[in-house]
Amino acid sequence: MLNKYPLWKYVLVLMVLATGLLYAAPNLYAPDPALQITGESSAQIIDDRTLSRATAALEEAGIEHFGEVIDPSGRNALVRLRDVEQQLVAQARVQRALGDGFIIALNLAPTTPDWLSDLGGQPMKLGLDLSGGVHFKLEVDIDAAMERRQEYYVTAIRRALREERIRGIVDGDAGGRIVARLRTEADREQARTLVADNHPELTLERDGSGDSWTLTAAMTEQMRTEIANYAVSQNLTTLRNRVNELGVSEPLVQRQGQNRIVVELPGIQDTAEAKRILGTVANLEFRLVANLDAPESEKQRFEYRSEDRAGSFEWLERDVIITGERVANAQASFDENGRPNVQISLDGEGGTLMSRATRNNVKRRMGVLFIERKYRTRYEMQEDGSEKPIQVPYDERKLLTAPVIQSALGAQFQITGLDSPLEASELALMLRAGALAAPISFVEERTVGPSLGAENIRLGVKSVQFGLALVVIFMILYYRVFGIIAVVALSANLVLLVAFMSLIGATLTLPGIAGIVLTVGMAVDANVLIFSRIREELRDGRSPQMAIHSGYDAALSTILDANITTLIVAVILYAVGTGPVKGFAVTLSVGIVTSMFTAIVGTRALVNLIYGGRKVRTLSIGGVKA
Amino acid sequence: MKTINFMGQRKVALALSAILLVVAIGSLATRQLSWGLDFTGGTLVEVHYSQSANLGEIRDILNTGGYAGAIVVSFGSDRDVMIRLPQGHADTQGTALLRLLEDNFDGGVELRRIEFVGPQVGEELREQGGLAMLMALGMVMLYIGFRFQFKFAVGAVAALVHDVVITLGFFSLIGLEFDLTVLAALLAVIGYSLNDTIVVSDRIRENFRKLRKADAIEVINISLSETLGRTLVTSLTTLLVLVCLALFGGEMINGFANALLVGVVVGTYSSIYVAANALVLMGVSKEDLMLPVKEGAEQEDLMP
Repeated sequence: MLNKYPLWKYVLVLMVLATGLLYAAPNLYAPDPALQITGESSAQIIDDRTLSRATAALEEAGIEHFGEVIDPSGRNALVRLRDVEQQLVAQARVQRALGDGFIIALNLAPTTPDWLSDLGGQPMKLGLDLSGGVHFKLEVDIDAAMERRQEYYVTAIRRALREERIRGIVDGDAGGRIVARLRTEADREQARTLVADNHPELTLERDGSGDSWTLTAAMTEQMRTEIANYAVSQNLTTLRNRVNELGVSEPLVQRQGQNRIVVELPGIQDTAEAKRILGTVANLEFRLVANLDAPESEKQRFEYRSEDRAGSFEWLERDVIITGERVANAQASFDENGRPNVQISLDGEGGTLMSRATRNNVKRRMGVLFIERKYRTRYEMQEDGSEKPIQVPYDERKLLTAPVIQSALGAQFQITGLDSPLEASELALMLRAGALAAPISFVEERTVGPSLGAENIRLGVKSVQFGLALVVIFMILYYRVFGIIAVVALSANLVLLVAFMSLIGATLTLPGIAGIVLTVGMAVDANVLIFSRIREELRDGRSPQMAIHSGYDAALSTILDANITTLIVAVILYAVGTGPVKGFAVTLSVGIVTSMFTAIVGTRALVNLIYGGRKVRTLSIGGVKA
Repeated sequence: MKTINFMGQRKVALALSAILLVVAIGSLATRQLSWGLDFTGGTLVEVHYSQSANLGEIRDILNTGGYAGAIVVSFGSDRDVMIRLPQGHADTQGTALLRLLEDNFDGGVELRRIEFVGPQVGEELREQGGLAMLMALGMVMLYIGFRFQFKFAVGAVAALVHDVVITLGFFSLIGLEFDLTVLAALLAVIGYSLNDTIVVSDRIRENFRKLRKADAIEVINISLSETLGRTLVTSLTTLLVLVCLALFGGEMINGFANALLVGVVVGTYSSIYVAANALVLMGVSKEDLMLPVKEGAEQEDLMP
């Protein structure tokens, strides 16, 4: 029989739609404004006492709150507020009550019911243009990192030649190469073996005649990529640490392209403050562990940074051997027995200082300090009696590790005795924090105030509603019953689109909303194609059932071609575009896919239900006189 | 069904397209595009005043405050003000400028947004945008060449280039700002116009195979007439939502909506006249579209 779907197809359509409704549902629950409380160090546990201090401060200020919970991990707590307007005041109050050890972040707590979030349901994330916040794009100066590395090789090779008593001039050239000019061919050959032994990673070229012989060492393309990657990933790590200090919920720190880093901080308004914190550079200090009998005036006490050793400490000498700028590279690796270690290379001067300091101190221990710039809040009474918070910067020094010096160290040495490869790679990352500190600069910055964000949402929703309403009216007037079918499919399409975007965790932006609006306009196209085909078939004198059948059949290839080409464009948009263009591309591509399903399979199911499997004399499709 | 003699007017359409293209290219050459901040780099600050703002006063404040060359315009309403600083101001200027405005106004000045784009980013975006456009055109040409036939691919791409150039020309002529969202819109125009062109091409191909006696012009006329209803309905629904977007979407999305409005209108026209016209000019014939299949293939559509 014509135009009857087998049962499974109806079930399929229903199931897809039900799933869509389920996963679109979380977007219906408006989130509560909330405060998120975390400890400054990740080891800090938030307990009931802390929480009750926070809520007491809120009650004192007359700020309504509810639903306080401590995360099962004990790392953070959430306090929900009734009123968005009070969020900032509440933040200041709680910060004041708890003091500097805690980070109080503004947050929007989802109100998704448990049964929904257990199924993996979550509302769509809002982009900065909708939620308000700051977007930074930073550029890592790869050239500077390259120059530093070149500098390191120049010093290292110069020193090696001097030690072997080979006379010559070593310099870097503009192309990032290291050029050694020597007097005789024999010298050149000796230099070549020396450099090849010390730095097997360099490619060497020989040239010259008479009394001018040159040896040119170059970094391979692969090395250059590695240096660039190091520079970026090291900056990424430090930025992540800093951003956590800013007290922002759900920040985003992400690499973009070869040498860019995108930082997105929802809710932040004060860009100057944010930039100050992001822009400071972390550093390292290498110091000897003090002898037991050293007088108090010559030693300092430092705590370990890692959580496992929280609370334990070492006394270090006040004298600094070298600082992080001298570290050229640090890499996690394995020794011949397969145990994890960290290989450290210092620059020329660092090597000299290190060997001088360790020569007579074998079997003593050396501590590595990690220095971070932090801020303490002081409260100052204003004339009008209100308190004004003042941020006072200070350097926090914590111990990374304190290994025993096994023998005199030079420019290259290693730290062994690490527990796991993970520990090794973390330590290497920290050691590189001062190393290769490729400078970063801000190349793009976008701040959206919260009122503009809210307005963007309101306007976006409004235009989707109006657009949808107009299309609905037109379709029903023009295509009658078939118009209603198309409208049902269109609504289903919107539900599926929202569900899919929520499910993949896509971010909704203003251009994304524009994409949805456009999808609404274009999604009916498939139905228009099918319906005008059916009308044509009716005009040609086919029976209604035949017309439906061949209408859908004939339109299918056209719809596929048209949508696939549009999809090609959307994919290119996604691949090439950045920021707003990407957001638009995502909604457009998802919309194309879901609209094909609802417009072809979905409407067909409805049409079959209404008209299929029985004798039909006319179709209510408008425009055709029977 | 009545067949409209579309191709009878093809010389007129050709002339119209030619004029539009010449005007567009002329304007692009002489007036250029007014590139938005995304492409030029610089700083943009949008603020909301609690009472209607006096632009002249704000200009004076900025001029004396060390922001010479700042462009001050109202943005949507007389209380919303957009200030654009040319390149060369440091990336911290946005916040400082806001302070200055706050200090010099009795009522409230609320920050709506600050955007800073470094010069290298702007340049890159322009390159990327052009590249995206070319890639899109290239891929589309390949796909159509593969699915249809080379002449159709040329026709479709001609229509796309036509649409993009005219939309760009419109932006240049009216002096509307060309930013990233407009670029996205332009790429959406490519997608939309393509959709249209393919539907028409699909029908032309079908009719060449079905109507063996008719000549090319006749086939194209019949195909265009048959798809006219659909072309108009889809354009209408799309235009309906775009008008809503332009009216209610707010200032930030206005450029996007405008670009698409122009693009959809031009795209609808071009799928009828440019793509089909190109086919006629290239002398498309049914030999181009004969299925390389044995007899009987035509009968697959006949079902009970």
